[in-house]
Amino acid sequence: MRFMSKIVILLSSLFFAASAYADSIWNMPAGVTPISREVYNLHMACFYVCCVIAAIVFSVLIFSLIKYRKSKGAKAAHFHEHLSVEIAWTVVPLLILVALAIPATIVLKQIHNTDESQLTIKVTGYQWKWKYEYLDQGISYFSNLASTQKQINGDMPKNPWFLLEVDNPLVVPVNTKVKILVTSDDVVHDWWVPSLGVKQDAIPGFINENWFLITRVGTYRGQCGELCGVNHAFMPIVVKAVSQNEFNQWLSMHRTVGYRNNTHTIARAKAAIKKVTKKGVESL
Amino acid sequence: MTTKKSHKRLTLILGCGVLFMFGFCYMLIPLYELVCKKEGINGKGASSAAVIQSGMTVDHSRVIKVDFSTSLHANLKFKFIPLERHITIHPGETKLIYFYAENQTGHEITAQAVPSITPSDAAKYLKKTQCFCFTQQYFFKKEKADMPVYFFIDPSVPKEIKEITLSYTLFDASAFPKKQARVTQGRIDL
Amino acid sequence: MSEAIHHAHHSGAHDDHHHGPEKGFKRWLFTTNHKDIGTLYLVFSLIMLFVAGFMALLIRIELFEPGKVLLSPETFNQMTTMHGLIMVFGVIMPALAGFANWLIPMMIGAPDMALPRLNNWSFWLLPFAFSMLLSTLFMSGPSPDFGWTFYAPLSTTYGPQSTDFFIFSIHMMGASSILASLNIVVTIFNMRAPGMHFMKMPLFVWAWLSTGFLLLAVMPVLAGCVTMMLMDRHFHTSFFNAAGGGDPVLFQHVFWFFGHPEVYILILPGFGIISEVIPAFSRKKLFGYAAMVYATAGIAIVGFVVWMHHMFTTGAPYFAQLYFMYATMLVAVPTGIKVFNWLATIFKGSITFETPMLFALGFLVMFTIGGLSGVMLSLVPADYQYRGSYFVVAHFHYVLVTGSLFTIFAGVYYWLPKWTGRMYSETLGQFHFWLSVIGMNLTFFPMHFLGLAGMPRRIPDYAIQFTDFNQIATIGAFIFAIGQLFFLYVVIQACRHKGKRVVEDKVWEGAHGLEWTLPTPVPYHTFETAPVVH
Repeated sequence: MRFMSKIVILLSSLFFAASAYADSIWNMPAGVTPISREVYNLHMACFYVCCVIAAIVFSVLIFSLIKYRKSKGAKAAHFHEHLSVEIAWTVVPLLILVALAIPATIVLKQIHNTDESQLTIKVTGYQWKWKYEYLDQGISYFSNLASTQKQINGDMPKNPWFLLEVDNPLVVPVNTKVKILVTSDDVVHDWWVPSLGVKQDAIPGFINENWFLITRVGTYRGQCGELCGVNHAFMPIVVKAVSQNEFNQWLSMHRTVGYRNNTHTIARAKAAIKKVTKKGVESL
Repeated sequence: MTTKKSHKRLTLILGCGVLFMFGFCYMLIPLYELVCKKEGINGKGASSAAVIQSGMTVDHSRVIKVDFSTSLHANLKFKFIPLERHITIHPGETKLIYFYAENQTGHEITAQAVPSITPSDAAKYLKKTQCFCFTQQYFFKKEKADMPVYFFIDPSVPKEIKEITLSYTLFDASAFPKKQARVTQGRIDL
Repeated sequence: MSEAIHHAHHSGAHDDHHHGPEKGFKRWLFTTNHKDIGTLYLVFSLIMLFVAGFMALLIRIELFEPGKVLLSPETFNQMTTMHGLIMVFGVIMPALAGFANWLIPMMIGAPDMALPRLNNWSFWLLPFAFSMLLSTLFMSGPSPDFGWTFYAPLSTTYGPQSTDFFIFSIHMMGASSILASLNIVVTIFNMRAPGMHFMKMPLFVWAWLSTGFLLLAVMPVLAGCVTMMLMDRHFHTSFFNAAGGGDPVLFQHVFWFFGHPEVYILILPGFGIISEVIPAFSRKKLFGYAAMVYATAGIAIVGFVVWMHHMFTTGAPYFAQLYFMYATMLVAVPTGIKVFNWLATIFKGSITFETPMLFALGFLVMFTIGGLSGVMLSLVPADYQYRGSYFVVAHFHYVLVTGSLFTIFAGVYYWLPKWTGRMYSETLGQFHFWLSVIGMNLTFFPMHFLGLAGMPRRIPDYAIQFTDFNQIATIGAFIFAIGQLFFLYVVIQACRHKGKRVVEDKVWEGAHGLEWTLPTPVPYHTFETAPVVH
C-alpha cells in the first residue's frame, strides 16, 4: 500500500512537476498573484467542462461506430428529427456557456481595477528590448537579452535560462500593488509574464495599463507576445520580486543622473512660467 | 428558365454590394474615430477642444488623482517631461498644467504630441479645453518651451474612477506637415 | 430534400451536341466549363499544399531544437508568414472553390455556372497572384515577414520592400474570390432546376451560399485594408500611424473585421462536404436538415460581430471585452448543433468505413477538440494567458487541418471516383488517413501544453524547457508530410485513369443527390436539359 502510494506520488509529480528549473511543462502556472490564481482556476474549470463535453460526444460516437456497423448487420433507422433532444442540445450548451461567462466577467472586472496602486512603472517595448521607468523614483533603464549569440548559434552550451535571461531585470517589492503603463517606441510588442497572469499589448503612441501584486519573493520570466520583427524571440522579461527593504536599497543604488537633471529642468521651466504669467503654475 | 438578363441584374446588385463594402472599409476610419472619441475607447482623448458646459459645477465631495507621463517615439531626440507628476482634481474643476519640451535633434523639427488616457473607461471624461496636442508644434534648433494643457474631468465621471493617467507620445511629424501658425497659444519659450 | 429526385435523363449522353474538350494546354487556358475550372482550382490547391507544406517542414526543422538549427530569424519569419498566407489563400480557399465549381451546377441540376467566362478569369487570377507572392522569396530583400496577419506598423512603416508585391498579390487573390463568389451566388439563385427549392438544396450548396455572401462582404474590406497600407507606405497618409493622427489598433479592427468571417469562409463549405459524406456512409438521411441550414446561416451572421476576440489584450475597455466574449461564446451553440446533428445521423445508421468516411469521422473528433479549445480562448481573463502563445497555434491548426483540410480530403475521395470513373486504392487511402491523423495529433496536440507552459508563437528559437514537445511536434510533422505523398499518388493515379473502373451511377451505396444520377465518369456537359425535381 505504501509502495503504491509512492508510485502515485512519483507519477503525479512527473505530471505536475514544478522542477527546480521551471514551472510545469504541461499546464499554465497558478502563479504568484491573486489574478494569476483566479485566471488559473477559470482555465481549469473551463478545461474540465470541455473534457466532460468531449467525453460525452466521443463516447456516443464510438458507441455508434461499434454498434451500428453495417458489417455487423446494422440496418439504418429512419428518423431525422427529434424536437425535445434538439432543444436540449441547444439549451444545455447555452447554460454551460453562461456558467463559464459569469466567473470570467468577475475576474475581468478585477483585472480592470488598477486603483490604489503603490508603485507605477512605465514599460516601453523597443525593437528588441524593454525599457523600465519607475516614474516617481526617477529610475530608468533598458533590459536586454543576456543570452549570447554564441549560445544561440550553438557554439557555446546554453544556460538553463536560455532566452529567458536579461541584463537588468525589473525589480519590484512583494505584496505591493504595482501598476504598469505599457507602450511602445516602434511597432506593437506585448509584455507577458505567465506567473503574474499579466499580458498587455505595447502600442506605439498609446498607453495601456495593467497591474499585479506579487505575493512571493522570487524571479518570474516571460517573453514578448507579439511578432515585432526579426528578434521577436530575443526580448524576454524578467521580474524580480524582493522584500521591501531590499527594494528600498535597490532604489537608492539606482537613482539616475537624469532624475537629478530633471529637478533642475523643472525648476527652470516653472520659473519661466511664473515670469510670464506672474502667477503660480497651477492656477487658471 | 432564368435568362442571361437576370444573371446580369443579380450580378450588378451583388457587385454594388461589393463596392459598398469596399467603401464601408474606408468609412470605418471616421466611424472608428467617432466611436472612440465619444466612448473614449482605446484611451483616445479628444484632439480638439472641449467646450465647458454652462452650469458645470465642481464636485467637492471627491478627488481624482491624475498622473502625467511622456514618451518619445522612435528614439526622438527630445527632452519631454511633465512639470508635475501628479495632481489631484475635483470633477468639474479646471486645471492648467505644463509640459516641458526641448529640441535636442540638432535641427529644426515639426513634432506632434499624441495623447492617450488610461483606464480606457475613464478616457471620455477627461476633457481638454486647450492642449498642445491639438496642433503640431514647431521647434527651432535647440528651442525649449513650456506647453500648456487646460483640462477638467467631467462631473458625470463614475464614482469608481479614482485614478487617471494622461500620457503624451511625441512624434516626429515632419512627414505630415500641416498648414498652421508656427507658435501656438499659451506656449512659453525658455 | 436531396432525396426526392426524379430519375433524370443521363443528360450528357443524349443531349451532347458539343465536341469533347479541346486538346492540349489551350483547353485549360480558355475553358469555361465548370468541371475543368473546378479541376484547375483543385490541382492548383494541391500544388500549393506541397509548397506551403514544405515551408512548414522547414519551420519544424528549425524548431527541432532551441537555438539556431537551420534558418536565421529573418528567414524563419518569412517562412511562417508565407506558410500562413499560402495555406489560407492558396490551398483551402481554392480547394473549396474547386468543389464549388465541380459540384454546385450538378447538385442543383444546372448545365454550368451562371457566368462561365468570369469563372475562367476567377481561376487564372490565382496563379498570377501567387507567382507575384512567391517571387518575393527570390528578391534581394526579405519577402513578407510580418505574419499572415501583417499588423501595422510592422508591415507599414517597418515593412520590407516586398510588402508592396504582397499587397498587389492580395488584391488579385481578393478579386479572384469576389468574382468566384459572385458567380456562385448568382448560380444558386438563378439556375436551380425546377422543383429544386431552397429547402431542398443539398447542405453543400447552402454552405456555399452562406460562404459566398461572407466573401462578397469581407474580401472588399481586406482590399480596403491593404490599400490603406499601401497609402500609408507610399502616399504619406497615416491611417495606422499615430504620428499623423492614425492608430495601429485601427489596423487590427479592420483586418479582423475581415479576418474573423474569413475563418468561417474556410470552414463552412467543409461543413457542407461533411453533411454529404456522413449520411452517405451511414446510409441514413442527414439529421435535422432545417436546423443545419439555420445553424450555417447563424454561424455566418454571428461571425461578423465577434472580431475583437483576436484583440483582447490591445487595451479595450471593460464593456467592449465583455460584449465580444459573450458574442464569441454564442457561436459555440450553432456549431455544437451541427456536431450533434452529424452524431445523430451516425447514431442508428448502417456504417461503413471507406476513406471518405474515415476523414469525416476524423474531422468530427478533432474539429470538436479545436472547437473546445476555442471556447477556452473566448474567456477573456484566460485568453490573456493563451493569446500569442502556442495554445492558439494548436487551436487553429486543429480547426484548419483536421477541420478544413480533412473535409477537402473527404470530398476528394468521395467524388473523385464519380468524376473520373476510377476507384482509388482503399489501402492507400487508409495509409493516407492514418498517417495524417497520427502525424497531425503528434504535431499539434503537444502545442496546447507548450502554449500553456508559456511558449510564445512566431519564434524561431525557444527556451530549453520547451524542447521535448517541440521535438515530438517536428516528428509528427514529417509523419503527416509522408502521409500526403500517398494522397498525391492517389490523385495522380486517378488523373491517369488508373485503378478499378467504376460504372455505377451510385458509386457509393448510400450516396444521394442529383450528381449521383449522372453517368460515371461524369460527362463533360451535364444537365443541358434541366431535370425535374420532386
